[in-house]
Amino acid sequence: MDTNSNRQEHLTPRPTREGQGGGSAFFNPEFETLSRTEIEALQLERLKETVAHCYTNDFYRKKFDEAGITPDDIKTLADVRKLPFTTKQDLRETYPFGMACVPIRDCVRLHSSSGTTGNPTVILHTKKDLDEWANQVARNLWMVGLRPDDVFQNSSGYGMFTGGLGFQYGAEKLGMLTVPAAAGNSLRQIKFIKDFGTTAIHAIPSYVTRLYEVMQQEGVDPRRDTKLKVLAIGAEPHSEEQRKRIEEMMGVKAYNSFGMSEMCGPGVGFECPEQNGMHFWEDYYIVEIVNPETLEPVPDGEIGELVLTTLCREAMPLLRYRTRDLTRVLGRTCPCGRNHVRIDRMRGRSDDMIVLRGVNIFPIQIEKILMKFPEVGTNYLITLITEDNNDQMIVEVEVNEATDDFAKLQALEKEIRHQLGDEILLKPIVKLVAKGSLPVSEGKAVRVVDKRKVFE
Amino acid sequence: MTVHQLSIFIENRSGTLIKVLEALKAANIQIIASTIADTAEYGIYRLICSEPMRACEELKKANVAVALSDVFALAIDDKPGRAADAVKTFSEAGISIAYMYSFLLRGKGILIFRTDDNEKAVKVIADNQLQSINEADLSELA
Ligand SMILES: [Zn+2]
Repeated sequence: MDTNSNRQEHLTPRPTREGQGGGSAFFNPEFETLSRTEIEALQLERLKETVAHCYTNDFYRKKFDEAGITPDDIKTLADVRKLPFTTKQDLRETYPFGMACVPIRDCVRLHSSSGTTGNPTVILHTKKDLDEWANQVARNLWMVGLRPDDVFQNSSGYGMFTGGLGFQYGAEKLGMLTVPAAAGNSLRQIKFIKDFGTTAIHAIPSYVTRLYEVMQQEGVDPRRDTKLKVLAIGAEPHSEEQRKRIEEMMGVKAYNSFGMSEMCGPGVGFECPEQNGMHFWEDYYIVEIVNPETLEPVPDGEIGELVLTTLCREAMPLLRYRTRDLTRVLGRTCPCGRNHVRIDRMRGRSDDMIVLRGVNIFPIQIEKILMKFPEVGTNYLITLITEDNNDQMIVEVEVNEATDDFAKLQALEKEIRHQLGDEILLKPIVKLVAKGSLPVSEGKAVRVVDKRKVFE
Repeated sequence: MTVHQLSIFIENRSGTLIKVLEALKAANIQIIASTIADTAEYGIYRLICSEPMRACEELKKANVAVALSDVFALAIDDKPGRAADAVKTFSEAGISIAYMYSFLLRGKGILIFRTDDNEKAVKVIADNQLQSINEADLSELA
């Protein structure tokens, strides 16, 4: 597809407020099709507003004073780097309302995440914040071909978890019939899918797999017995191989969604039909990728920590929020006609990063390679040891398919080691272990055991 | 001519073999013969048992990685030198034996082995009138 002509074609029709989207491929064409120059001009304008708005809050004013800056110091977009970072710790310390930039009576919603350590965190929303949030989600769902005729089943947790209400409001804003199925009760989910003619589902990837297992047990073939055409998956780290597996199982495209309750929730980033990274909406956020240790920006393509600045939030704008998510910039243009930055799927958390002999390694890199081998399971355990003053990585992986042939086991071990070596740039020791002998990982299970000696 | 053998991936750490044996016991499967081949880290536990298909299913249910394979079984007289004669026949025919184990059953020596050329092995067994046994023979003997 020719990039330029495609973009031109969609630039012309400017839909009315009433029929947002209309026959266009864009839900908000006036924002989605901005050129890079236009995006950056808009960002600077909105950054200035946001910074001035933050300056009215005591917490931010104190931070600005400590950094020796005032809102007047923001003259160019690059000046965003003069701003102090905001962290989850800041949210905890100002719990519950210390970072509100509007009176609480102007807020209409609160989402709180429970803290495993210390205070929980609170995110406040005004009416406008909720509407902007819903707009981002609607924009995403429209982007992957959903229209008001579609039936959207949100099989995501509700309550404080933003994946519930976030997708609910977004799907409704688009105009779809929206089913708040919530998570769990797979038999009921399948009944809904069939009875209501569900065409799109949002769920965490592991739940889609579960749903498919139950469909199989019930003799339901998603291709034959349902009208499904789109899956939105997110809120759980997964690899490209896992996504492909899900697409094959369900017979539909699965689009990766990025959300974060601190920003609002889902909506922040979403894949377009090109599936070449998630477009992060730069009319809503300034996206930076920084080295988690030096906090300096890294070049496009290099992995670093995602840092986000909100540009449209009233109740709780966040400046340079350190997400702890590791990812990279894939590009800033796209054949789909959107020039909003394309961000790779999350590569784990900056807290999970392993530094071994000076090389940065993320557990998801290991997972990605292991997924290529059907002979082994997806459970794995990384152990770091010191042997003869040398730090080593041991990767234990479960044998899923037995063989009568020793040579095959040895070749498998060798091939895994070789491919891991190519991926993480140093060769680990690979150990094949019996099926079921490693702890089952549920989401954020401990996959890394560090037994290295700190001093020699 | 051939019999079913189960090949199970096991690790050289306590508990992995017992899990397999317990699962077979619970399913009331009788082990006729078995052998373990191992490296420092892991091994392949090979076994001949009653109802190998069902045994395989039961082990899979118990979350054990198991594969079914066909191996040759020869009955030989329980006398010194008979095993050597049998193996010599194969090696003279240019067939290599990947592994072999043997056991006694009702006064007969049973040789279990895998070759790199099954077609040729079948011919050698027929040409030399070696007494091969099949699954039915085995369960009858057991
Ligand atoms: Zn795109």
